[in-house]
Order: sequence, then C-alpha cells, then structure tokens
Amino acid sequence: MAKKVLVLAESRDGALRNVSFEAIAAAKEISGGGEVFAVLCGDSVHSLASDLIHYGADRVLVAENEKLKNYTTDGYFQTLKQIIDEEKPEAIVFGHTSLGKDLSPRLAARLESGLISDVTGLEQAGENTVFTRPVFSGKAFEKKLISDGLVFVTVRPNNIAPLEKDESRTGEVKSVSVEIKDLRTIVKEVVRKASTGVDLSEAKIIVAGGRGVKSEDGFKPLQELADVLGAAVGASRGACDADYCDYSLQIGQTGKVVTPDLYIACGISGAIQHLAGMSNSKVIVAINKDPEASIFSVADYGIVGDLFEVVPLLTEEFKKVLV
Amino acid sequence: MNIYVILKRTFDTEEKIAVTNNKISEDSAEFIINPYDEYAIEEAITLKDAHGGTVTVVTVGDEDSEKELRTALAMGADQAVLISNEDLDSQDQFTTSSVLAAYFKDKEYDIILGGNVAIDNGTGQVGPRLAELLDIPHVTTITKIEVNGTTVNIERDVEGDLEKIETSLPLLVTAQQGLNEPRYPSLPGIMKAKKKPLETLELDDLDIDEDDVEAKTKTVEVYLPPKKEAGKILSGEKADQVKELVSLLRNEAKVI
Repeated sequence: MAKKVLVLAESRDGALRNVSFEAIAAAKEISGGGEVFAVLCGDSVHSLASDLIHYGADRVLVAENEKLKNYTTDGYFQTLKQIIDEEKPEAIVFGHTSLGKDLSPRLAARLESGLISDVTGLEQAGENTVFTRPVFSGKAFEKKLISDGLVFVTVRPNNIAPLEKDESRTGEVKSVSVEIKDLRTIVKEVVRKASTGVDLSEAKIIVAGGRGVKSEDGFKPLQELADVLGAAVGASRGACDADYCDYSLQIGQTGKVVTPDLYIACGISGAIQHLAGMSNSKVIVAINKDPEASIFSVADYGIVGDLFEVVPLLTEEFKKVLV
Repeated sequence: MNIYVILKRTFDTEEKIAVTNNKISEDSAEFIINPYDEYAIEEAITLKDAHGGTVTVVTVGDEDSEKELRTALAMGADQAVLISNEDLDSQDQFTTSSVLAAYFKDKEYDIILGGNVAIDNGTGQVGPRLAELLDIPHVTTITKIEVNGTTVNIERDVEGDLEKIETSLPLLVTAQQGLNEPRYPSLPGIMKAKKKPLETLELDDLDIDEDDVEAKTKTVEVYLPPKKEAGKILSGEKADQVKELVSLLRNEAKVI
C-alpha cells in the first residue's frame, strides 16, 4: 500500500548531513511508490532544499525561523508537530543522530505511536516494512515492524545506501511558516570539541587506540594516520579510563557504536565490551603486539607488531599511494 | 528536592549473547544496573547531598529487579519502587513510558534522572517519552548539571561537541558517560539497604489496563550476526607487511 512518508533532513555547518539522503532512500522503500517529502528546519537553509530533491525527495517543506537556528527540543517538536498535523504522513523517518535520538521519542509519545530506533536495514514483507536493528550493541539483531498506525523509525548513519544523485530531478520546494512558542530549554553556547571535524558515527574510516597507545601523546601517530585518511579517531574504554583521551571518543557497548567501511584498531586487545561497538564495521584491521589478542578474531587483516612502529609506516605508505 | 531515578536491569557488558526460540537467552546471564543509569543514580545522590531531599529509584521489571534496586539503595538512594511487568504480554518503550507516566501522575517531582540509553535494547526512548507524557522539558546526554533554585544549568554531549543549556525544574535528564564516577556500594551501605523501603506495585495499583499499554511494535525475529571468517595475519618484514596491507585495502577490500 502506497504511503506518504515524512523525512526530517538535518544540516550542519551549512551542509546537509549524509544521513538525510540515507533516510530518503529508506523512506522511498517504505512508501511503496507513495510520496516522500522532506522537512528542512533552520534559520537560513532554503538553498539546501534542491539537494534533497536530487537525492529522491518528491518535495521539500522548508521551515525557517530564527528560533530554529540551534536545535532545541521544543522548537523542533513544535515545528514537526504542526507539519505532521497538517500533512498527516503515514510514516516518518529520522536519522539516528543526536538530534533524532532526542526528538523522535518525544514526538512518538505525543503521537501515541511506536518507534523503531537505530535501524540498519529494511525489507518489504507483504503490507509491512520489516526493520532490522542491532541489540546488545550489535552482539545480536532483531527484526521489528509496526503493523498498526504510524510507522516511525530512525536510521543509523552509514548503513542504508542513498539513491544516486540525479540533478535533473525536480520537485516543489515550499516555505512553511511555523509558530514557535516559549522554549523551555535554551542553548547558551556550543563548544566545538570534536577536533578533526570528522564525526565518529558518520566516519567512513576510523583509527582507534587502546591501552597500547600508553599515553595521551601516544594518540599522535594515530591522529597523523587519521589525517592522511580523512578518518576520525576513536578509542577503547581502556584508553579512556586511563585518561589517554576524552570519553567522547569511546567506542564500545558503553560509548559509541560505529559501522565504518574501515576500522583500524591499534593496541586494542578486543574485550567483548569494545567488540560490541565496532565488530559490524565492514573491514577491520588489527595492529597489536600480542598475537593472542582477541581483536584478531574479528579482524580481516592483522599485523602482529608494535603500533608505534607500524602506524607511522602505514601513514607514510598511505601518503605515497594517496597523492 | 524530590529526586527520582528511572533504572533498568540489563545484561552485564561482558556477557556473550545466545539466542534460543527467537529470544535472547537469559540462562545463567549476569545482570547489572544499566551502566548509564548508574551515572543517574550517582548524580541523584550528589544533588541530594547539595540540596537535601529524597532519592527514589523506580524500575519496571520482573521480581529479580529487586537486586538492582537494592544495589541503588546501597549506593545511597533512600527508597525504591518496583513496578511489576509480569502481567504484560508485550512490552516496548511505549509500554514502559506509559506505565512510568501512570506512576508519576500523582507524585511531586523536581527532577527525574535516567541513563541516556540502555545497553540491551539501545533505543534511548523511555526518558524523552516519559517527559512528554508528564509535560515537562527534557535534556538528553548530559555531562554536567547545576541546580540553583529552580534554574538549571546543564552541559550536554552532542556527538563530541559540548552544548551549554539553561532550563528549569521540574525536569527530566538522561545521563551520558563523563557525568560523574559512580560510587561502589560500601559495606555499611549494603547493610542499610536491606532495611530501606522497597515498594512493589502491580499494574492494577496504578489503574492501568494492560490493553492500553500494549506494545506498538512487534519483534518478528531475533538472530546472531553471522560469524566472521578468520582474517589474514600478515608476515614478513614490517615494512613489507605495511605495503601488503595498503595494497589489500585498496585492491581486495576496496575501502581506500
């Protein structure tokens, strides 16, 4: 049955996030030939709308308001609620991002709907779309569906392939004026800490360090490798607990769960708690002095050796081939 | 201050997962308080130490959850409430938040704390859903909180960046790693916890009709990821291994 599907697009630093295009691809499949419309919120985002059309949205609603410049739960909630009341979509797709995780459960509660979070795949089964999602941080998977009422899902970045960009696609881009009443939470300041600007959850390549990096300085060769590859730097819980790096870098069952194309584990032993956060990466490289380290059991390629010898060599080699 | 913590009993993070009959097997598994909920408990106790009041921990779970509630009491919470889910045929985040909302309906609360996500199902839905049902603001993934009167200043983690937020009580917050270092229960704490009040409630006590909180989502299959084939351990001189690895990543794996 054809469905009308709403996609919430997300932008950051004046550009759309990839997960928006991935959400459109998911919405297309859920719609079963119905209509996919994207909602774009911000204070000056109109110019981004055409890309959403190029990636498959049939039309775009642009909600511009100075109160939408920074994400606030109330501001976005009121905007989405107003649009949902007017448009009455039968399905909604958000990215499973910081914003999506904060907003989607609150909207689902108001809409009295189910919500399937952190979806990594989907397929059609008769009238229903069945969604795959990891549980226990990827140690297992479940397939879920919502058979009655609104179908509401969030999709994990990096898992659903976006449609090919087609600049000849056209579609309506319409401004909607939204009324935003008092905001109960006010953003006073945003402090940028993510050093390289490559976000762990969306990174295609991650270079991660464990206790084997031995110190805060020990992360330097990893950062140099990451810079050459355009990668993000991550860490195991061991490295965070030992104060070698900030907890915001932690990958694992506590911490971030990541699924990059390439994961390079340096000096990480591979405790279950860490494997849960990265074992679904497409290709895993392990560099460790201990040939018995359990990280090798999930690695596609392994080098047994000292990371302080191997990582700089690797950086030099990539420099040579990537020019 | 009336301080509440919502917590969940989960598998230990070191547990291996097995699936039998399309369900995660709980046989012989070790259970713990969801690690993110431990930060919430610690922060609740810190808030009480600074502002006075009571800390109440609440869970929706089976009778075994009493163990995790006692641990929270041993850490320093004052009282605990176990809302039994044994009459529920199906339970998802809609269910849990609806049950909690029925519990909080006639309570006076200044702040409700929870973990930002549970490490088992990993949805992070219950906190924000509950805040909406109670019509109070919420702030997720917090790493610092200061309460002055009814004004609340919060720092939260947004994908590695830090956001400074001003809001006010009553409020629901969810804890991110880095908020604090949860204490271990002390021996006197464990002794005291045995005597602290632990109330068990049935759905009937909250005037909940189980049909009204029936899960909105349905799980059709649970399975383990396919086992990975053994990887390739390279050999030879380090410099040659590195060359080979780069070539494999480019030509065989095609990820560079």
